[in-house]
This record gives sequence, C-alpha cells and structure tokens, in this order.
Amino acid sequence: MSTLAVVSAGLSVPSSTRLLADRLAAATAAALRERGGDPAVEVVELRDHARALADNLVTGFATESLRGAIDAVAGADGVIAVTPVFSASYSGLFKTFFDVLDKETLVGKPVLLAATAGTARHSLVVEHAMRPLFAYLRAIAVPTGVFAAPEDWGGDGGVDRALATRIDRAAGELADLMAGRRQAAPDKGLDGPFGGTPSFETLLRGG
Amino acid sequence: MEFGVFSVSDITTDPTTGRTPSEAERIKAVLAIARKTEEVGLDVFALGEHHNPPFFSSSPTTTLAYIAARTSRLRLSTATTLITTNDPVKIAEDYAMLQHLADGRVDLMLGRGNTGPVYPWFGQDIRNGIPLAIENYALLRKLWDEDVVDWSGKFRTPLQSFTSTPRPLDGVAPFVWHGSIRSPEIAEQAAYYGDGFFHNHIFWPPEHTQRMVEFYRRRFEHYGHGSADQAIVGLGGQVFLRKNSQDAVREFRPYFDNAPVYGHGPSLEEFSRETPLTVGSPQQVIERTLGFRDYVGDYQRQLFLIDHAGLPLKTVLEQLDLLGEEVVPVLRKEFAARRPAHVPDAPTHAARVAAKGGAKDATVYAAADGVTGQVTEEVEVR
Repeated sequence: MSTLAVVSAGLSVPSSTRLLADRLAAATAAALRERGGDPAVEVVELRDHARALADNLVTGFATESLRGAIDAVAGADGVIAVTPVFSASYSGLFKTFFDVLDKETLVGKPVLLAATAGTARHSLVVEHAMRPLFAYLRAIAVPTGVFAAPEDWGGDGGVDRALATRIDRAAGELADLMAGRRQAAPDKGLDGPFGGTPSFETLLRGG
Repeated sequence: MEFGVFSVSDITTDPTTGRTPSEAERIKAVLAIARKTEEVGLDVFALGEHHNPPFFSSSPTTTLAYIAARTSRLRLSTATTLITTNDPVKIAEDYAMLQHLADGRVDLMLGRGNTGPVYPWFGQDIRNGIPLAIENYALLRKLWDEDVVDWSGKFRTPLQSFTSTPRPLDGVAPFVWHGSIRSPEIAEQAAYYGDGFFHNHIFWPPEHTQRMVEFYRRRFEHYGHGSADQAIVGLGGQVFLRKNSQDAVREFRPYFDNAPVYGHGPSLEEFSRETPLTVGSPQQVIERTLGFRDYVGDYQRQLFLIDHAGLPLKTVLEQLDLLGEEVVPVLRKEFAARRPAHVPDAPTHAARVAAKGGAKDATVYAAADGVTGQVTEEVEVR
C-alpha cells in the first residue's frame, strides 16, 4: 500500500484550495489504482496548524499535533501541495510548513504542485514561485503544475474541462512516479536519528 | 548528585515594571545569586559566556574567581565556555589558574555558542563550528595532560615545546562537560574522552534530550569508559516556584510571555506541557524533576535556570530559598535512594585526585634563566 499526503493551505471554509486538493487527491488515487496500487490518502489542512506553525518558528520544535502532520508528509510516497496565491506567491502559512520540515524530508519525493487564485493573471505562480522552492528542497516535482482561477470552476459539472484535463494529467504523472518508486523506508529505530553521525576518529581527521 | 543554578547573564527589561537594570547592577546581582546558591545548600553555580549585548559575561573566569573568594563550598562551572572561538591555550591557562584559586572547586562546560556573528569577531568562521570544537578541545586536553607540548593543527599557530601554566592543581585537570542541544558530534566527542555530557533541556521536548543522552551513553560504553549507565550526564531545567501553584503561574506569566528566547509564541501552559519548564509549587517541581530520571537514567548534575528574562534579584533569591529549603533536600534523598551503587556520583576534584593515586605537585620547574628564558646547558654549549 502506498500513501499519498495532501497539503492544503486554504484558509476559508469552503476553500477552493481544498477543493482543488481533493480533486487532485481523488484523481491521483484513481490513477494509482489503475496501476495496481491501493493508496491511502492523508490530508493535512495547514489552517488547523496555523498557531503551532508560528510557535514552531519561535521555539524551534513542533507540538505533538503538528508533529503528526509533518510525519504524515515525511512518511508519504507522494505529496500533493496546494496553496492559495497571496501577493503573487504561495501564502506565508504554506511556506512556513515547508520551512519547519527537516531539510532532508522531501529529497527525492514525488510532489504535485498546485495553486488557486482570484484571477487568472497569477497563472504562472506554480512555475515562478512553487517550483524553485521544491527544487531547493530537492523534491521531484511532476512536470504538470495545476493552477485554477475562478473561471476554471465554472464549466460543466463544476469543473471546467480544461482544468479537469490538467488535473488528470498531473495526477497520472504523480502516480507514475509513485508507482515506480520504492515504498517509504521503515523507521530504522534506535540507530535512526543519529545513525549517520561520524565516529570520533573520523571527526578528528577533519571528516 | 549535584544541584545548582546556571545563568546566561542576560540584561533584560522587567516586563512588569519596564525597568532595565544596568550592567553594574546585574553583575552585582549575579554575585549575590552565586553566594546565595551556596548559602541555601546548593552545590553548583554556572555562568555563561557571551560577547554581545544583552549579555554581560564576557570574562567568566574573572567573575568565577571573585565568587570563589567569597564562597567556600560552592562548585563553579560555566554554561558554556566557547571552545570554538577561544584560543585553547588561553582556556587551558585561565581555567587552571581558576582551579588553583578555587582550591579545585572548578569544572567547565564547553559549547559552541548561540550566535553566529561571534565567530568572525574572533577570527573564525561558523562553518567550521564542529571542526573547531574538535581540534581546539584535542589541544586543550593535550595542554592539560602533557607538560611539554609540540602541536600543529588547522586553526591556530603551531606550538613547539610549549608548557601551559599553571599546571592543573594536584596534577588533575578540571572536569569537562560538553554541552550541546542538537549536535550528536558533540555527544560523540564527550563519549570519546569519557567526559560529561550536558543537555540544556530547556527549549525542546524531553524526547529530544532523551535521544541525545541515550546516544552519548551508548558511545561512552563503546569507547570503553564503563557501562552506558555509568556515563556522566548533566541536565538543565527551568523552574519558577511559589508556595502556591496559582501564584507561581500568575507571577511568572509576564516574564514567560516576553522572554527573549521563546516569548511571543506558545502559551505558558503549552510550553510547560511540551518542554521540561515547570511553574508551580515546590511539590510540582519535585515531581517533575524526579521524572527526568525516567528518560535519561540516573544522572549526576541538575542545573536550574532561575535568573533570566528580567526577573528581579529579590525574586531570584526567593526562588533559591524555595529550592534550598523545600525542593533540593527532597530531590537529594529521592535520587540517592533510586541510584544503583555502580552508578558514579558527580565528579569532584577530591574524588578524581584520589582516583589518580593522590595529589602531586604538577609544577614544571624551568631549568631556564628566569629573566632571559635561556636554558643553562644551551648557554654552556655556546
């Protein structure tokens, strides 16, 4: 069984960011099932962790519930990250979540990037703001980024056909990467957190 | 087991009055706190080292020497001495000197410091933080353990036939603790030398401290210094006490909410739940502190942070009264009752001298002309 973590930074209820996140999650789960998978989907609503994220900036550690959200993303085989556009970029809440992750968390992990905005003029935000962030985190962002403006929600059945096509294409790309990827490594236990610490002989040699 | 307090030497505005003490006032206050620490029956006073405002303690050996002269039993330590940016030669000299002045009541805790800019002020680069801590301590060890040192390394000029003076008191150098919040390399270093490991144990959840201490203990055993439960562990901790728990919470809250390090973030209640901070009655502090043993094992030194965030001197001295009268006597008894016989007590100078077969005069008497520094034989040869 593979796991898919969905990070949504929408603030209002209902939120078009969450709506897009749910569409992407459903499409990815369906694509994984087509490839013989049996995905478990875990949604992380960043709004629920807004204060804990600010506290983490101040204290340097995550509270228990935020830890759960971080672990869900760290342990997932693939991630869908969706943000509303604030001032021409991802929201501060969205960025803060990725700021408090250990810097190795997303290395090599397939990630689908998506954004919503109040105007189509922000349509390149996935490319000019989100992609550089996930490139820095050394995640593997799928080629298709999904952006949705108000007009995209107005078509047949609630979702415009062009948007639906982009969702399916991005979901297929994410599912391909996840299906071709090994399952997340199990926790190594005792030797885990400091297992990579060099021995003192190595440190003395300047290693 | 030893109990004491450690001070970071911050000069912070009292949020309840808006008043900020002067350096002169804070320095005198810290001296009063140290003397009170001995008076109420605690064992250790440790002082930080910083080289920028809002801290005053740039020269801890000067302050500790003064305290040594005004006390008779109190053990003096640092929290921490900057092993990265201080010249290890100067650390060897300063702390051996302090050790003599204080009749051996000195140990020190090495750390890398808490601010990046300090490195360039002393000609170093923060990117070399760990390598500096490794090389500088290796040299410090050599300077204390060997009378005549030939040495070369990456970070300071080489030494030829160098003798650090004064030699350690009775031929036994001060005990060293290595302090680190997050770097397993430092726990590894402490384990390699069989030195103590101190975890600040204030800012982060206990699970984090537990993992670091467990790692240090395991590596201590690996390097053959004894079994894991015989490794020398020290913990920090932060408390605020009043006889009545509600009074403690009410009085401490403004200091917590405005504290420079963690203020303006989580609530006092949340931080108390997630970290070892205990604000309450003496009984609550006793119970919480005894619980530390459940996740780090039997340990040797407990230091409390009680003097920071603008708390007035009068309040800090009242905290010491409560610790001395109601908390520490119970902790001493309870920890001692739980500690198995094979787990060592906190290292003292007397015990370490005895373990080495008794005191010896470690003086290196120079065969040189006291004025010119020339060695007699060399003069004769010419």
